[in-house]
Amino acid sequence: MKTEDLVSMLASSSVAVPPHAAARRYGFAVGGGALVALTLMVLLLGVRADLADAAQLPMFWFKLAYVGGLLMASLLASLRLSRPGARLTGLASLLMAPVLAMWLWALVVLTRAAPAARSQLFYGETWTDCPLLIASLSAPVFVAVIWAMQGLAPTRLHLAGAAAGLLAGTTGALVYCLHCPEIEAPFLAFWYLLGMLIPATAGAAVGPRLLRW
Amino acid sequence: MREARLKGLLVRGLAGDSSAYHHFLEEMSAHLRAFLRKRLARCPEELEDLVQESLLALHNQRHTYDSGQPLTAWVHAIAKYKLVDLLRRRAGRDALTDSLDDALDLLFFSDTEAAEARRDLALLLKGLPDRQRLPIELTKLEGLSVTEASHATGMSESAIKVGVHRGLKALARMVRGAP
Repeated sequence: MKTEDLVSMLASSSVAVPPHAAARRYGFAVGGGALVALTLMVLLLGVRADLADAAQLPMFWFKLAYVGGLLMASLLASLRLSRPGARLTGLASLLMAPVLAMWLWALVVLTRAAPAARSQLFYGETWTDCPLLIASLSAPVFVAVIWAMQGLAPTRLHLAGAAAGLLAGTTGALVYCLHCPEIEAPFLAFWYLLGMLIPATAGAAVGPRLLRW
Repeated sequence: MREARLKGLLVRGLAGDSSAYHHFLEEMSAHLRAFLRKRLARCPEELEDLVQESLLALHNQRHTYDSGQPLTAWVHAIAKYKLVDLLRRRAGRDALTDSLDDALDLLFFSDTEAAEARRDLALLLKGLPDRQRLPIELTKLEGLSVTEASHATGMSESAIKVGVHRGLKALARMVRGAP
């Protein structure tokens, strides 16, 4: 087939695409994945009994803002990395901002605490479960977000996979917030981040294999 | 300005204006040929294949273009991705067949067909299943509308659209797998 024939073939009849195809795809994937994660959390772990009391504490909302901020940043990163040639400037600082804020606050909390209380602030009650539960809850979101990205055109496959994984991890963590009793900054700064980085690392590893087009 | 004009053509194309889209792809094929020729100096016999592969990719990924984004950056990122993909495939193939290729190169790769694609997309199209091949042939080659193609085949209109979409994606995959 000559190139001009290919051009005529591609251009004939319906060429229209619905606007905001990429954003809608992600909305569908994150929404659907989060719903599955939420169902799993409610059925297997249960919503924390004192959620209404916890919601009175400013730290509860700081925690949600930390995870939510990372979620928005990784959503933007995933969207950008799904478009060939899109600019990536500013994404790194956007991703680092919530993490640095939490690290700073953790440092303040640790320095102001009595030395004997520090290990409790860091390990909390659930450090052995927290990262793995976050990673597990992110699994349905991971599958959905990779599906969303497969219908788009990422050109940097390691980075795109990492962004997709982080998007899944942050969504999983947000759902986990409704179960998790931990609220101290040193705990959140390390164990939550670890939990969210597990799917991100997995995404970076499988990106080149799953996202080629 | 060229960028602004081409962008206008693409944006109109994405809204459904197929003649604007036709102009866009025509100019793109010339642009891609020049862009890729510089980067594919070592194997000019692959140039036209790669131009066609990139055009197919532009078309299949046209929903990823955001009109707030420079068109050139989008097109070049797609063309480079396809170029790197080709070079990686060749590297894998060459590693397997190196000794043979060295001896046969001189005999088989003459330059006379450099202006033609070596791979015939029309032939690859025949390898698609009917539910994808028919919608492409009717709407893309014979110029029927989606409604007309639906009447002609008895498939629903959405099945025609899905068939064209999936078929062109499958064609792009076949192109990547074909020697």
